[in-house]
Amino acid sequence: MRRIPLVAVAAAASIVLAGCGEDDGDGSQAGASNEVEVFTWWSEGGEKAGLDGLVQVFEQQYPDQTFVNGVVAGGAGSNAKNVLASRLEQGDPPSTFQGHAGGELRDYIAQEQIQDVGHLYEEEGWNDVFPEEVVSLLTEDDAIYSVPANIHRANVVWANPHVLKNAGVSQPPDSIDAWLEDLQALQDNGVKAPLAVATDWTQVHLFETVLIADLGPEAYNGLWTGETAWDSAEVTRAIEDYAALMEFTNGDRAGLDWPDSNQYMISGRAAYTVMGDWSYAGFEEAKLKPQKEYIWFPVPGTDGVFDFLADSFTLPVDAPNAEGTENWLRTVGSAEGQEAFNTKKGSIPVRTDADPQAYGEYQQEAMQDWQSDTIVPSLAHGAAAPLGWLEEITSAIGEFSSSKDTGKLQEALVAAAETYTGSG
Amino acid sequence: MATTTLVAAPEQVPPARTRRPSSPVARGVRYGVLLVFLVMILLPAYVLFVTSLKPPAETSSAQAWLLPQEWTTSGWRQAWDTLSPSLWRSFALAIPASIMSAVLGSMNGFVLSRWRFPRANVVFALFLFGMFIPYQAIMLPLVELTGTLGLPNGIATLIVVHTVFGIPICTLIFRNYYASVPEDLMEAARVDGAGIWRAYTQIILPLSAPGFVVTLIWQFTSVWNDFLFAIFLSTTQNGPATIALQALAGGQLSNYSASMAGALIVSAPTLVVYIVLGRYFIGGLMAGSVKG
Amino acid sequence: MKHGIRHWGPGLLMILPSIGLVGLFVYGLIGWNISISLSDEHGSIPVDTSGIDNYTSLLQEQRFQDSLENLATFTIVFLVGTLFFGLMWALLLERGLRGEGFFRSMYLFPMAVSFIASGVVWRWLLNASEGDDATGLNRLFSTIGLSGLENPWYSDPGWGMAAMAMPAVWQLSGYVMALFLAGLRSIPDELREAARIDGASEFRLYRHVIFPQLSPAALSALVIIGHMSLKVFDLIMAISGEARITEVPAVYLWGMTTIGDDAKAATIATILLLVVAVVVIPYLIFTSRWERR
Repeated sequence: MRRIPLVAVAAAASIVLAGCGEDDGDGSQAGASNEVEVFTWWSEGGEKAGLDGLVQVFEQQYPDQTFVNGVVAGGAGSNAKNVLASRLEQGDPPSTFQGHAGGELRDYIAQEQIQDVGHLYEEEGWNDVFPEEVVSLLTEDDAIYSVPANIHRANVVWANPHVLKNAGVSQPPDSIDAWLEDLQALQDNGVKAPLAVATDWTQVHLFETVLIADLGPEAYNGLWTGETAWDSAEVTRAIEDYAALMEFTNGDRAGLDWPDSNQYMISGRAAYTVMGDWSYAGFEEAKLKPQKEYIWFPVPGTDGVFDFLADSFTLPVDAPNAEGTENWLRTVGSAEGQEAFNTKKGSIPVRTDADPQAYGEYQQEAMQDWQSDTIVPSLAHGAAAPLGWLEEITSAIGEFSSSKDTGKLQEALVAAAETYTGSG
Repeated sequence: MATTTLVAAPEQVPPARTRRPSSPVARGVRYGVLLVFLVMILLPAYVLFVTSLKPPAETSSAQAWLLPQEWTTSGWRQAWDTLSPSLWRSFALAIPASIMSAVLGSMNGFVLSRWRFPRANVVFALFLFGMFIPYQAIMLPLVELTGTLGLPNGIATLIVVHTVFGIPICTLIFRNYYASVPEDLMEAARVDGAGIWRAYTQIILPLSAPGFVVTLIWQFTSVWNDFLFAIFLSTTQNGPATIALQALAGGQLSNYSASMAGALIVSAPTLVVYIVLGRYFIGGLMAGSVKG
Repeated sequence: MKHGIRHWGPGLLMILPSIGLVGLFVYGLIGWNISISLSDEHGSIPVDTSGIDNYTSLLQEQRFQDSLENLATFTIVFLVGTLFFGLMWALLLERGLRGEGFFRSMYLFPMAVSFIASGVVWRWLLNASEGDDATGLNRLFSTIGLSGLENPWYSDPGWGMAAMAMPAVWQLSGYVMALFLAGLRSIPDELREAARIDGASEFRLYRHVIFPQLSPAALSALVIIGHMSLKVFDLIMAISGEARITEVPAVYLWGMTTIGDDAKAATIATILLLVVAVVVIPYLIFTSRWERR
């Protein structure tokens, strides 16, 4: 009689254990040795098309490797970053993951979660074809930690030519002040919110371009090294300009994401929106005609500056199938891979030897600017500052969206800078 | 009365007993008010259906509340293509997790109501508290623990986790349910000299069907609807439907037709359970819907 | 009657696996979480606070205070809304009328839906655009001639969180109704009849006889809705994502895990647990006493 409860215990235990036992071979675990799990948040639109193009080239170049799509959609990449953080912590990394060059990558380097891939640069001769500005954002202590796939430009104004014409605005403004005058003219002409923005991060995106316009590229770069003071008068002026611009934006911004604000511009509810050039892929996909249905120009006051971000792929520590990862990285850095990826994603290739003819109208222009402009890293997309700093700035900007308190915004920015550079 | 929620045996809301005659006018007013609220409750459902059958262009502004001008199932097709794999995973998660919690809960409920041991009350109270905790308070270590145990992200790990965190509520429901089993039956078993296992399997289990229905429905619904564990312990590739729906609806290219069709698809199983077995569902609510 | 271990031992053994699992997964992990919250595991964030400093610096933070304020607004509206509608519906349905079961089921059905799914439609309903651009509820208002009611919903800096609570009220009012209905139905008829024989008016009957009998049901509703509200996460993620304007502690915590600041995330989690415990533990003690009577 007394043995029977033990049976119950055993039964219960085996039920629970049975649950544990089912795990192997489940889901996206790259168990087999020739599987390459590529972890991204590119699940739709031009981003997905770009990834698909890249995969095609990869499967041609390395037919013995199997691509496994480790995409985590949702939350503008925040879902993915969260999942990635926990997987890296658990020692369960994907074969490779997407990381923005610059501050974002430094976090992974500091935590010793990714490895030096400098030998691939030697073997593939990438040092000759990748520009110095980009590679330096991937380098720490002479080790190179990722392979860049593309270049995006952040400081672009996209505008609706019909709305501008109706309000008698004919020329792109050359400074923030001139832009504010145009915005006023548009508003007087019945466009209630002529500058479309969306949720918090798109406001950070706008803010960074105003910082570049008012401070100039050099002082803007200094913000991230501690050389430019966040409590300086220039930053105060930039904040005031930003506050003035925000007066012309839509009140429902908190509920929108970037395609929505782009749509506001296209539909004519707004005249302008400031967004990265991934917008171009979206417009192309929607079969909109450049110059007719939308135009673009650098954010006023940032002409001659290329505010950039670059997606890159990494080799995680303890990556399953490291050889497969290296092959993936070779494809990413190859001329074919870059072309397959970028022509679809709307970005420009990192390789300087790429053929502009393969690219669209906007991209050809951007490729020229990339050669001639001053290059600065983007804040909102993890190139300029580490994730934690960006998070604090985003929170401060998000708070400003409702409080409209410029003094408080500057205080919060100064405090964040103190944490990350040791100086205001 | 506070105990009805925690303690009452799972059964439907008792029927009204007094039917006091009321004037036709008063009754009319009452129905009128009830109907107004009914419309308010159904408003979101109307929007879901109508929008899911529109082309994306019609989902905004002027035509927003109207029936589709052009009926299309493209939203439904897109949602189904995106969500269908995750729906099967949701079934593969919710069914075993609810069964395991229910079995463990039934054994616990039996012991805690009929075969008590010293300090059983303390154990019960500690179980109950486990039902109320914000799961955020264990999430970070849980992620680390599953990593240490070598449990990979995905359904299998979620089954284990939901089984464990379902134990408190299932224990509560069964404990309350078994409290209504006549003591005579148990005494007879004791006099008979039956051991605990025989008393459980031969006396209690045959009586347990209603308790199992209530717990299974309740657990199935809450596991199916869970988002928090899922987002920390799985991905869109290997997780349940809530994650996939959030990715579809919160994605960067918001397509309201597909999102709303997706919301309906993901809600369908729990709604079907609610419609078919609503009586027991309400029983579960009353017995121990003390659950977030 | 005293029993020896021979009697109760098998019972304990039968429940032991569950005790082990709950002990490990609930209490063990709570302890683990507290130890993370006291550590300096800030990931790559260049702050080196640890111990109780993690708590003091968090509590002083504007952002965290804002998230608590948002949570408070949300919770108050959620509670008042569900209790109000729940009680009203229960009273309307209480004395039995044709179709009662139908109305009850309809009022309850939102409960079967996940916040993620209902969030999809509420995100659309609560669109902040007004006037010609309006969709969602604002469009409905202007169509039926109530343009004055148009408002920015959750995008409003002051009352945004009250709007955010609307979907939650929609979803849980039916549940509170069910609690109240059960409470009403458990009041013995004799009590009502006695009051009526004493000549009490219907109003006095409710005021002095019925409502006092409902207070335990109201207490359950308060605690159950309250603890759900305090840990709200899904709903806000589904509607506004991580916008600062609608941030509550659970969403803040999510943000901190995204950037790898485990210590801060764990600190927020512990504070959430404490807030919930303050609400729930007295309730559990109260109900267990009640039960023993």
